[in-house]
Amino acid sequence: MTDEKAEQAGPAFEPKIIAYCCHYCAYTAADLAGSTRLQYAPNIRVIRVPCTGKIDVLHLLRAFEEGADGCYVAGCLDGDCHFINGNLRARKRTDYAKRILDAAGIDPERLEMFNMSAAMATTFAATADEFTERSRKLGPLFDGEKKDIRPGIVMRQPMTLSASNPPAKDE
Amino acid sequence: MIVAEQKPIGQVLDMIEPFEKILVAGCATCVTVCSTGGEKEVGILASALRLACAARGLKKSFDEITLTRQCDPEFIEPIKEFASQHDAVVSMACGVGVHFMAEHLPPMPVFPAVNTVFIGANPELGVWVERCAMCGDCILDKTGGICPIAGCAKTMLNGPCGGSNEGMCEVDPETPGAWARIVERMKQLGTLDKLDEIQPPKDWSTSRDGGPRKMIREDLKL
Repeated sequence: MTDEKAEQAGPAFEPKIIAYCCHYCAYTAADLAGSTRLQYAPNIRVIRVPCTGKIDVLHLLRAFEEGADGCYVAGCLDGDCHFINGNLRARKRTDYAKRILDAAGIDPERLEMFNMSAAMATTFAATADEFTERSRKLGPLFDGEKKDIRPGIVMRQPMTLSASNPPAKDE
Repeated sequence: MIVAEQKPIGQVLDMIEPFEKILVAGCATCVTVCSTGGEKEVGILASALRLACAARGLKKSFDEITLTRQCDPEFIEPIKEFASQHDAVVSMACGVGVHFMAEHLPPMPVFPAVNTVFIGANPELGVWVERCAMCGDCILDKTGGICPIAGCAKTMLNGPCGGSNEGMCEVDPETPGAWARIVERMKQLGTLDKLDEIQPPKDWSTSRDGGPRKMIREDLKL
């Protein structure tokens, strides 16, 4: 990643960031940040998950496929997972997804995992700001025509199409 | 089960370089169980390939399909038409699946996305260990249920050898020597005396030495 790339994108570049937030910590911290009127970057799109242990490598890759410039997972502090070790699993999966991104030629810095408690509203806001700044410096993930990722058909036997790709209606 | 591991993405990208419309095909049996080439891994590989191609400015599309089994023609038959709408297939099945898809699909390139590594067991999540070398003439009855063909680096029939050090193999000090384990097991079973019998050289003609193997059951043939 280069500052040059960010400059090319112009000063107006606002990264799109997906933040997978655990219901028991980061999502509640976001709530607290809101009720205490803390300001933070509007670039993050929060997706609430029941536990970061719910997050699969595929969810992380899909975020980039669907147009995110950055993505992070925000889970409970070590030892504080409501489901014992979901956050530890999420960290392993995030690391694995980082390796896949690296192999695909995408800066793994675009993906990160953070830990916080439900009371850490200022940390939630600071994380959103810092990650937005990081993503802004990294520049757009794909520029111009590269953005055109064609969605694929997904099938499994017995021959069914996935819900996201309904079969064409008969003429 | 057959255990496989994924090839590096770069290697798969090199294979599909001249092709535009790619079908990533998983298999719902062994490679699904060893978390290498099932429906989920097909999704992850297809996603990674889409991102890798977008990062390189390559115009390629990736569709996904997971067959019940890639090693039976009746499951390949229904996907022939769908597959032929593509320029190439990337199979995440074991070598048998890749081979069978190449044999049964209309003539088109079929590439392997995984390396088939061994026949093994899954003692705990994320760990797979080899337990059978498919020698074609099972001797587990003579060795307390522990295989010296799959478990011994030298496939010895009379062991342990001089390289065994406190029960560990000289090839890898972390690996227990198969013959040390066999002796322990036979002691437990009270059948240690069976090991006094010297085993003659093994007939390897039932293994790979006789070329590709074939099994026929006339009673099952239609």
